[in-house]
Amino acid sequence: MERDTAAAEEPAVPGRRLRRREGRTRTVRSNLQPPPGAEDPAAKGARHLADNRLKTTKYTALSFLPKNLFEQFHRLANVYFVFIALLNFVPAVNAFQPGLALAPVLFILAVTAFKDLWEDYSRHRSDHEINHLGCLVFSREEKRYVTRFWKEIRVGDFVRLRCNEIIPADILLLSSSDPDGLCHIETANLDGETNLKRRQVVRGFSELVSEFNPLTFTSVIECERPNNDLTRFRGCIKHEDGEKVGLHKENMLLRGCTVRNTEAVVGIVIYAGHETKALLNNSGPRYKRSRLERQMNCDVLWCVLLLVCMSLFSAVGHGLWVQRYQEKKALFDVPEPDGSSLSPVTAAVYSFLTMIIVLQVLIPISLYVSIEIVKMCQVYFINQDAELCDEETGSRLQCRALNITEDLGQIQYVFSDKTGTLTENKMVFRKCTVSGIEYEHDANAQRLARYQEGDSEEEDTVPRGGSLPQRGSTGSHQSARGLHRAPGTTSHRRSGSRAEARRASMLSKHTAFSSPMEKDITPDPKLLEKVNECDRCLAMARCQEHPLAHLSPELADVFDFFIALTICNTVVVTSPNQPRQKVRVRFELKSPVKTIEDFLRRFSPSRLTSGCSSLGNLATTKATHKSGSSSLSALSSECSLLRVEDQLGGPAPVITSNGYSSGAAGWAPDPKPELRYEAESPDEAALVYAARAYNCALAGRLPDQVAVELPHLGRLTFELLHTLGFDSIRKRMSVVIRHPLTDEINVYTKGADSVVMDLLLPCASDDARGRHQKKIRSKTQHYLDMYAVQGLRTLCIAKRVLSQEEYACWLQRHLEAESSVDNREELLFQSAIRLETNLHLLGATGIEDRLQDGVPETIAKLRQAGLQIWVLTGDKQETAINIAYACKLLDHDEEIITLNAESQEACAALLDQCLHYVQSRGPHSVPEKTTGYISVGFSPLCPPSEPATSGPCLSLVIDGRSLAYALEKNLEDKFLFLAKQCRSVLCCRSTPLQKSVVVKLVRSKLKAMTLAIGDGANDVSMIQVADVGVGISGQEGMQAVMASDFALPRFRYLEKLLIVHGHWCYSRLANMVLYFFYKNTMFVGLLFWFQFYCGFSASAMIDQWYLIFFNLLFSSLPQLVTGVLDKDVPADVLLTKPQLYRSGQNMEEYRPRTFWVNMADAAFQSLVCFFIPYLAYYNSDTDLFTWGTPITTIALLTFLLHLGIETKTWTWLNWMACGFSVLLFFSVAFIYNASCATCYPPSNPYWTMHTLMGDPVFYLTCLLAPVAALLPRLLFRALQGSLFPTPLQRGRQLAKRSPKKLSAPKETQGPHVGEARTDPSEPRSVSASRPHSQDYTSQASWRRQQPACSREASGEPSVVDVSVPLREAPGSSAAPERYPGDSRTKPSRPAPLASIFSLPGFGSLRWVSSLSLVSGLGSVLHFSRSSLQVDKQDGEFLPRRPRPDRDLCGLTAASKQKQATDYF
Amino acid sequence: MAMNYNAKDEVDGGPACAPGGTAKNRRPDNTAFKQQRLPAWQPILTAGTVLPTFFIIGLIFIPIGIGIFVTSNNIREIEGNVFMYYGLSNFYQNHRRYVKSRDDSQLNGDSSALLNPSKECEPYRRNEDKPIAPCGAIANSMFNDTLELFLVGNGSYLTSIPLKKKGIAWWTDKNVKFRNPPGGEIPLEERFKGTTKPVNWVKPVYMLDSDQDNNGFINEDFIVWMRTAALPTFRKLYRLIERKSDLHPTLPAGQYYLNITYNYPVHSFDGRKRMILSTISWMGGKNPFLGIAYITIGSISFLLGVVLLVINHKYRNSSNTADITI
Repeated sequence: MERDTAAAEEPAVPGRRLRRREGRTRTVRSNLQPPPGAEDPAAKGARHLADNRLKTTKYTALSFLPKNLFEQFHRLANVYFVFIALLNFVPAVNAFQPGLALAPVLFILAVTAFKDLWEDYSRHRSDHEINHLGCLVFSREEKRYVTRFWKEIRVGDFVRLRCNEIIPADILLLSSSDPDGLCHIETANLDGETNLKRRQVVRGFSELVSEFNPLTFTSVIECERPNNDLTRFRGCIKHEDGEKVGLHKENMLLRGCTVRNTEAVVGIVIYAGHETKALLNNSGPRYKRSRLERQMNCDVLWCVLLLVCMSLFSAVGHGLWVQRYQEKKALFDVPEPDGSSLSPVTAAVYSFLTMIIVLQVLIPISLYVSIEIVKMCQVYFINQDAELCDEETGSRLQCRALNITEDLGQIQYVFSDKTGTLTENKMVFRKCTVSGIEYEHDANAQRLARYQEGDSEEEDTVPRGGSLPQRGSTGSHQSARGLHRAPGTTSHRRSGSRAEARRASMLSKHTAFSSPMEKDITPDPKLLEKVNECDRCLAMARCQEHPLAHLSPELADVFDFFIALTICNTVVVTSPNQPRQKVRVRFELKSPVKTIEDFLRRFSPSRLTSGCSSLGNLATTKATHKSGSSSLSALSSECSLLRVEDQLGGPAPVITSNGYSSGAAGWAPDPKPELRYEAESPDEAALVYAARAYNCALAGRLPDQVAVELPHLGRLTFELLHTLGFDSIRKRMSVVIRHPLTDEINVYTKGADSVVMDLLLPCASDDARGRHQKKIRSKTQHYLDMYAVQGLRTLCIAKRVLSQEEYACWLQRHLEAESSVDNREELLFQSAIRLETNLHLLGATGIEDRLQDGVPETIAKLRQAGLQIWVLTGDKQETAINIAYACKLLDHDEEIITLNAESQEACAALLDQCLHYVQSRGPHSVPEKTTGYISVGFSPLCPPSEPATSGPCLSLVIDGRSLAYALEKNLEDKFLFLAKQCRSVLCCRSTPLQKSVVVKLVRSKLKAMTLAIGDGANDVSMIQVADVGVGISGQEGMQAVMASDFALPRFRYLEKLLIVHGHWCYSRLANMVLYFFYKNTMFVGLLFWFQFYCGFSASAMIDQWYLIFFNLLFSSLPQLVTGVLDKDVPADVLLTKPQLYRSGQNMEEYRPRTFWVNMADAAFQSLVCFFIPYLAYYNSDTDLFTWGTPITTIALLTFLLHLGIETKTWTWLNWMACGFSVLLFFSVAFIYNASCATCYPPSNPYWTMHTLMGDPVFYLTCLLAPVAALLPRLLFRALQGSLFPTPLQRGRQLAKRSPKKLSAPKETQGPHVGEARTDPSEPRSVSASRPHSQDYTSQASWRRQQPACSREASGEPSVVDVSVPLREAPGSSAAPERYPGDSRTKPSRPAPLASIFSLPGFGSLRWVSSLSLVSGLGSVLHFSRSSLQVDKQDGEFLPRRPRPDRDLCGLTAASKQKQATDYF
Repeated sequence: MAMNYNAKDEVDGGPACAPGGTAKNRRPDNTAFKQQRLPAWQPILTAGTVLPTFFIIGLIFIPIGIGIFVTSNNIREIEGNVFMYYGLSNFYQNHRRYVKSRDDSQLNGDSSALLNPSKECEPYRRNEDKPIAPCGAIANSMFNDTLELFLVGNGSYLTSIPLKKKGIAWWTDKNVKFRNPPGGEIPLEERFKGTTKPVNWVKPVYMLDSDQDNNGFINEDFIVWMRTAALPTFRKLYRLIERKSDLHPTLPAGQYYLNITYNYPVHSFDGRKRMILSTISWMGGKNPFLGIAYITIGSISFLLGVVLLVINHKYRNSSNTADITI
């Protein structure tokens, strides 16, 4: 590398960090070594390298003032206000005392500055705390590790970390107390993932015999410049002898992580302080501007225009006035100081500027401050909502973005991820197929059903090893150990109840993906029998030449299948005995094959064929190895790699016969230790637990070996040669192992069926075996499709046997790829692809990802609220569609348009067809058209369910490839148009990038407010693009949360967040902003009218103090209280009537029209408030400010009364605030007017207020004017409330009139509270008196997909015989749910539904018929009233699947026949 | 705040967002305030709920209006103390530059301000290198006509009506705000030494009146003038005519003769002068506006109340169904 020379010349000073900032690399050397070129002092000062001191403060004592001011003046408003204040210093135009005019600006600036200072100080304090944490650093002088502060750590230092210590900087791991050179870390602080991650000592250092001595470290590390990519680290270490070793992220310990399970590690600091990845990743909260704020800014501009107009008008007026009186030498026309008289033009210009100062209140300085305060309070209240707090995990909603709360009330499109967002991301093994035979796992299904039952039901308890976690949340392991209950002594009640599961999962939250539900899998008896048979056979034949050959192909597949399930993953095994302590089974010291020599060492030369002779040459030179040298000869024996442990329970025998030293000390003495699996993804955990249920338990994992525990065979240790990790492009992962029984090199691959099926070994169709294989494949494919239909996640398991030659060839290129620094990812990818071909299919699994609680209800509510919900998922189409049905995103009476296009042209054609269809459908021509084929490949079979009102809802399903085409520039408009017509859109197989493109498209083209919700790293881009990003703090780490504006524990909380808090925030802020504009316009109006009576001289009758502090002090508090606390509609009404949310979507509270009406009202009120005092004091001896003070008082009272009219809820705080305002005004006026007899020119208000208080006219005007000013508004509100009430007003009235009705169902409304749910398996009584419970029944059964539904429906045929409208049918799910309080009255009053509540698309019929259960009921009865055969009905229920091979991918809009109309 | 990285998070187990961190286990308090469940009065504005307000406004305002109206009209009878005003119209005493043109410190008797008046007084600050006392445009333009009132008795015999000069200004103005320059027993002329009279004045400030308690800055005519009027048409109190006995009206019916010493030009700005004699009631001088306004607003309110009553009656049924259908 060309960087070598440059690095060698690196000058440095002993004990100082070394580094060079050349190009893309950084070079790190030990600080303990005398650096090369130390004599070059010139460069030493120039190079600055971040030390480990944390400094998150922005300011220093000196820089605070200038820097803070500079930052504050970034806000345009501040500049404006300061400009106006400074204008006051010009004598010719000043309106107020210059100092006074500056006061509010300074006040605002000071408050902000103080806030910043305080924040900075708290940052400083925490920085200080962090900086003074201690850690062991190797000292050059003392030749040992000494305790230093974190801040003293420099790049190039050697740091020794003990267990549970937090890593102070980004450190390259050089030594570990672990014999394998491993170190486990917990990255929760970094990404929130709680599973342990394994880190490895740099290759070459793990083999050191003695303890690592930093003094002897002479190598040079070359690595990338500091960057924020947590998932990547590239570099190499160069030893003195010129040898280079690549470095990976597995060698790095990142700052902020915690060392676990490892006694001590030593590493060299690579990046420190602000250059660490943790800190580079930390960017503060984002500043987003909400839609309302954008609109407000636009109106602020209108106000500016208004201000300029008023000032101009006034200026012209003044010019004319001056012209008129100047020539007459009027007594009151004051000439210039020099005696000359002002020319009219100059006077006009001066007047203009002065008017701008006087009328500056129009753009109030307090507006922005108030809005920020209100938003802060809103965030506070959202954070405090106990109902948004998840009891299971104790986590609650967090607002990460502080200034877009009101956007939550205006969302139109919701883009949701599926896995982990709609579903629990708790993967449960449901079904599998091996070798073409399906295993139903009925018992398992029953077990799962029990988890959905109510809490009350308790199952027989089965004593069981405590699965409770024993690790304290942040405490040390030592203390946790003491608390541990020995397994077996205490029994954990195994109960199927949900509460138990929840409790357990709460306790075990530190072990990801291991609730009892996921762990306890009931095996299928048939399959279990087969597994046992395999096991027995193999146990008998294990020392023979080819043990597997004794098995039938099917059994061999079964065996391989489970081995693959067990080892083809990255699951780390821990034991609860020693919390988070790795279960250690040590037979040899060996790492995965990483070098050619290693490979040669392990595979005896005799086996190496001439095909790889070049490798052989290499091997001879490097035959010696520190630890493994003794084993070379032994390796050649056939059984040498078969490391078998005898029967369970026995103490681990030390196997010495083959020359391996056995470090079996770690063996748990417990015969059946409770092992815990820590997986990176829940799928992996589910599969491992499933395999364990079949007695094929993963017992331990080391970098180079995996131990599997089998009942008869005992412990099998597989030599793990390579792990090719999962990536989303390959969609699969593989492990390369050496099979201990056959000594073959096997590749086990696990991946998405669409990928794996294509990689299978082409089977010859001429011989029997090939035909058999083909059959197996087609069967497996069939089952895979079936699983997908049932909403299961499918994975294919495949295997490949590699010959030594193949492996050697592949290995060589793989190693090349691994050691390359540039382009390594790409090369490794290619390498993986080379390996994963010609696979042999073993079987497939179906994993259920259960829906989260309340998802269907939430989706239904959100949809009622007028939100369009799009689900963007990476899952396959069938799975996605079924989940969509399960969560009621799709309904069975909907037409589904499926877009699967193979090419751009096909996509365009399909889009055109769809558009044509959608348009031709129209709103009126519904029923007839849909009976036949509209176009090729398009088969809307069902007659639309509801007559007249509107056609059946459309849903669009599109797969990733078609999406890519549809998102092309020329098609995106069509696609969007089509999507707009659809009630829901489902994008399957979409990549993270596509997700964000879709969101961006909708956002920019439809000008819609978008919300993206997701839980995983793949949703981050989408979350960032959307107007509002919501992260689910679920199981998959915190990346989504980190990128989000709001973080929710569960999807269902979205309902309250949007419908209640979003609505409130929007309505509060909208009303407050409107009120602000009103207030300022009205106030300025008073001054403007006065100009007509003072020669447009920009004189003000309102004392300057009042003028300046009016907004800031007197009238600010009530509106803040209202802005924070006002609830236009109570929460329960909002939740029961989600359609009220539409007011926010349509911007009903604050739209241009409202703004101008508001301004007109302000103008009217100011006229009234000006002219009533004017007429009352006309031709009186009152003076300017004695007249102005009543006007101010009137204005204040009018404002408060106006606010009173607009306030919907009056709490004591509102009363207090209003009272306080009035009191404050009068007391300030009293004190101010009595304070100084000669001050405050020109008004000199001495004793004015006191005099006024003795004047009855003052009181009389103060009573008359506000009433007169507000009569129209009050009248308007009253008339509107009576004649044309908005939905919101109706909601309010409803809440008022029937508070009990609403509160009663709320308690039983389980979905929100997540409580009681009735038992679906219990025989249901057909009675209308139980609408609620039936509601939940149906919901619960829907979670279990169609079979449950049909069972339920067909078990109750009597329902449809009733000839009442379906709405009243007890089975109808949503009617009682939506009208919990009105279910009794409904039958007698069916009519007003649609007529009163006349929102678009809100017809009562559509409402009712869109209920999936109703329609499901109808169709089931239509097809087979008595049929209980589930499978067949599934087929009828579901849209036609595209063929597996996808050659027919076309537009298939399939719906099912439906006869619901018969019942209307 | 771009940098809000809280370093403590690193150690404490991550920011509040880390799952399972200690911070997460704090459940929000279930208080009425935090859960936004404060007991509240939730008025709903409909015809039915608002109409009482309209009726109440009507019922309160109409009597008040009638009361005011009657009081205001009763002022006509010249009984009790009679106030003599001069009125000016089209005189912009509220002009911005005019209002500013004074020095309150000087008027308060501050010696330094007396000799060095505020810049606000420009161009009426100094005259011929002497500071003007009182300075400024307001003082300069002081109304200086004199009005005398005579009762024309039998045979053209004029009886001078005694006009009281004192008691026409605010007590606080006379005693607190306005003070002559300090000097105790020293004659006023000495105290104003070194100053000159305003340009338009015919005599210096210390010769405004012979009464020492009403001379100089504390001359009440001056004080009244200095209280700048709110509107271009205004009146200012000029004199008081005190009632002598309960038996006779203060100004008995008869012919009066008003003698005006014309000093003050108003023609230049199209102004007009007036002289007003008035008594005042508890609510000040005669002004029918408030009474009429109260009656009008009260009546409107009452009428609207009736309208709302009708509407409420008509639409009550529909709004009753609302709570079922929404």
